[in-house]
Amino acid sequence: MSAVLEVTNIKKSFGGITAVDDVSFDVREGEILGLIGPNGCGKSTLFNCILGQLTPSGGEVRLDGKVVTGLRPSELNKLGVSRTFQLLQVFPKLSVRENLILAGQEHQGNMASRLVGRSDAGLTDAANQMIGFFKLDHLAAEPAGGLSYGQQKLLDAAMAFMGGPRLVLLDEPAGGVNPTMLSDLKERLVAINREKNATFVVIEHNMEFVMSLCSRVMVMAEGKVLAMGRPDEVRKNPAVIEAYLGH
Amino acid sequence: MSGYAKPLKIALGLAVIAGLIVIPMNFNRYGLFILSQWAVMTIAAMGLNLTLGYAGQVSLAQGAFVGIGAYAAAIMTTHGWPLPAAIAVAIALSFAVGWVLGYPALRVQHHYLAFVTLAFSTLAFLVFRNESWLTGGIYGISGIPRPHFFGIATNKPLPFYYICLGSLAIVSLAVWWLIRSPWGRAFMALRENPLRAQSLGIDTRRYTLMAFAIGSALGGVAGALYAPLTQYIDPVPFNLSLSLDLLMMVIVGGAGFYFGPFLGAMIAVLLPEWLRFTEGYYLMLYAIAVMGLLIWSPTGILGILDRHMAARRTKAASALRAVAKSRLETAQ
Repeated sequence: MSAVLEVTNIKKSFGGITAVDDVSFDVREGEILGLIGPNGCGKSTLFNCILGQLTPSGGEVRLDGKVVTGLRPSELNKLGVSRTFQLLQVFPKLSVRENLILAGQEHQGNMASRLVGRSDAGLTDAANQMIGFFKLDHLAAEPAGGLSYGQQKLLDAAMAFMGGPRLVLLDEPAGGVNPTMLSDLKERLVAINREKNATFVVIEHNMEFVMSLCSRVMVMAEGKVLAMGRPDEVRKNPAVIEAYLGH
Repeated sequence: MSGYAKPLKIALGLAVIAGLIVIPMNFNRYGLFILSQWAVMTIAAMGLNLTLGYAGQVSLAQGAFVGIGAYAAAIMTTHGWPLPAAIAVAIALSFAVGWVLGYPALRVQHHYLAFVTLAFSTLAFLVFRNESWLTGGIYGISGIPRPHFFGIATNKPLPFYYICLGSLAIVSLAVWWLIRSPWGRAFMALRENPLRAQSLGIDTRRYTLMAFAIGSALGGVAGALYAPLTQYIDPVPFNLSLSLDLLMMVIVGGAGFYFGPFLGAMIAVLLPEWLRFTEGYYLMLYAIAVMGLLIWSPTGILGILDRHMAARRTKAASALRAVAKSRLETAQ
């Protein structure tokens, strides 16, 4: 399996604090990689460095072999890298369908065609399919702000898939989602992973969710990579138990 | 209910348009001047509404763009150029300057951006006043001709009012198209959550610059109509207070609402006339009314309407859900 994403020696410091310290790893095509570690260990900062939201202090990010370090988030998204955020980031006044159209529109045509072309950028069908896929049919026309937290989380995830991404980075998709909806979310993620061959990196604290979803798990502590391997290997790793999982 | 809403809206819209065409036929010169001024200021306010209301970029420079458009039109038409050519130049010039003014917005936001645009507003005023070789300085430019349109002279107030109204109609359609296009959605995303917008592939830099450039270009259009409307311009009407007036129009009407500028400009242009009987107290009354409004509804007059509609929708939706739920329970 070839690597979709290669991260080499990424560093990020804020003043005297090194949030991400020389992290290297790769993400293989079609896999679901879990990223776990205690709060403040640098997971989200690492995401932000990979995605161009922060400029790394050192190191390199490659997408499909091409260096993408320092590209803007919008440019990376156009190259097929998508994300969700730790905190909810849907557009509350837009309807569920409009949120999804917004999430896909910049992948259609160019600036000029988006101005003179159709209001929905030709995405209504695609948005409806995504709505069906995430079982949000009855809410399609509702303003996203009126949805329950769990439903908004589903919408947030659905938005990340609208541009047909190769690689999706999900930052705590399960946080605050009830168990029923969580199994829905997991099922949807697995289905997209298989059907569309999308590759995922998932930050998550819910161990059951991570261990059952991911093919490999990377553990971070104090800005460094502590362990990397299959879920069962990582679970038994003494350093991981010490730093994060507990006894 | 919703089946009737659309035809009702269309009928109301047509009635308003017919009213704007027919009723002013009986107006005197001054009434027509005020109404033309309303149309012109609505165009400028629509531009600011795009920049501020939809894309969320604060600007205290819209008055300066009206000035740029007005001077471009005044200089060109007094040198024998036709007004449409002057309008085209006014659009191009204010678009270009607006684009450049957008660059600070890529680095600073909110009140910092307000200060940058305020500085630009002052700079533009100084250029209008001091570069007398071009602008006539404090003496301004007089004898600005009005155009002939399809062979009809527009020297009389009514024909020129129709030019202003026609221009407003064209601008309104263009803005309506823009805000319901993917661009409008991108502007809104830029205002609501630039970080998320970026992660969805929205080139926030380009859209920010576009929001400034297009909004400013509409200021230029308004200016290019203002010059032949008054037939005389000097720097004073384009100082900072015009920018503040336009800002007030957008906010009072309802920033980010399509009809906000129409309403805001109506209040700002017509209210002084209606309150004329209060003589010197007009500004005080206006100030109190605006403060009262913004305390009651920070989202302007249309914000009140919007909240009312949202409350009704929520009620209707929860009723529907209750019905659906009871059906489900019965089925089980």
